[in-house]
Amino acid sequence: MCLAIPGKVLKIERQAATVDFGGVRREVRLDLLRDVREGDYVLVHVGYAIQTLDEEAAREILKSWEEVARGEVGA
Amino acid sequence: MWVLKIVAELLKKFRDRDLATRILHEIRKFAPGRRVKFMHVCGSHEVTITRFGLRSLLPEWLEVMSGPGCPVCVTHTAEIDESIELATQGYLVTTFGDMFWVPGTQSSLARAKTDGADVRIVYSIEDAIEVARRNPSREVVHVAIGFETTAPTTASELLRKPPKNFSLLVCHRLIPPAMQFLLESGEVALDGFICPGHVSTIIGSKPYEPLSERYKVPQVIAGFEPIDVLLGILMLLKQLREGRREVEIEYTRSVRPRGNVVAQEKMREVFEVVDKRWRGFPVIPKSAFELKREFVDYDARKKFGVLVKESVDFAEGCRCGEVLRGVIHPSECPLFGKACTQEHPMGPCAVTSEGACNVAMKFGKF
Repeated sequence: MCLAIPGKVLKIERQAATVDFGGVRREVRLDLLRDVREGDYVLVHVGYAIQTLDEEAAREILKSWEEVARGEVGA
Repeated sequence: MWVLKIVAELLKKFRDRDLATRILHEIRKFAPGRRVKFMHVCGSHEVTITRFGLRSLLPEWLEVMSGPGCPVCVTHTAEIDESIELATQGYLVTTFGDMFWVPGTQSSLARAKTDGADVRIVYSIEDAIEVARRNPSREVVHVAIGFETTAPTTASELLRKPPKNFSLLVCHRLIPPAMQFLLESGEVALDGFICPGHVSTIIGSKPYEPLSERYKVPQVIAGFEPIDVLLGILMLLKQLREGRREVEIEYTRSVRPRGNVVAQEKMREVFEVVDKRWRGFPVIPKSAFELKREFVDYDARKKFGVLVKESVDFAEGCRCGEVLRGVIHPSECPLFGKACTQEHPMGPCAVTSEGACNVAMKFGKF
């Protein structure tokens, strides 16, 4: 039920955006976010964007734990 | 297209087999010399854990229980009976797909529809309001279920003033109070919580902090790919070993400590927090939303004064309550896979796509 799917914001018109989900496009409400820009990745839940995805943060957490799992840092 | 590809590649890393093997190796190294029990409180976590067979990869001293993370399953029978009653009385009822099949005391919305009631499945509350606009002569009642992830969408639409023939049967519930109830009851001895990624996208990490302080329990907010869940488990074990009891975020690509402030503001504007019974639980203090007085015209309970007689939580022999409280795994219920199947479900956990019993029946054999 709390499923949310990442998609890319293609076009914004007022409080709605066209979002691309790997080929499937859908209108998504932007009422729950400030400062969304075209090109951003958003998480969409029941037709509403609930957050913009932070790519950098995703990379960081993977990197820090890859190091742990490689034994470079004490777990 | 290249941006799409980079992000897709990045997300693929969260299913990387080698990384999973290495994290599992780290998990095994902890071997604390006693049994450790964690709980998640999100149906989507149960899907990831069971679908990818993660339980079978964990060491035997480590157990992950499924908690009350399926909003449809914990919606009280009386609320389902209310929605069936409204549909039977001739109101046009809209709801999310999962709610359609859940058994109430005697019937379900699906059965009411078969008997001629007008029940429609919608993808979002916006679609439900569209149904109301297209049917101005009908009263349309939307069954608004879901945790903190979904509640802001209800709040947001109410603030946009839907038409007068639209109202809500609000069934939204809050996750941290249920976690506190479980810790307070002590029915299950828990060593840590895997906190829900999308609920936390909205509420942030702060609302969980009192639980770590008061009950000395580690918590990690995790995402929904296999690597997310495994990392969440590893981070919990690390806290246990280091004697830390705090809230950490693994799902950093979506969860910020303060959460989604716009969504929180909208919820505060529209809802007040009330005590409520959950299916399989007694009344949990401050665990649900109700519409504030200003929005009374949109409150189907006040508007139509639905009366529901005695409601019964579960069919005889059904142990969904214990599954929802993390006391037992689905396979420990005597009805599981025998009298209760996906085709003929006896309890809510076997019906919905995120119910622990349904997930176990669907993916458990693999």
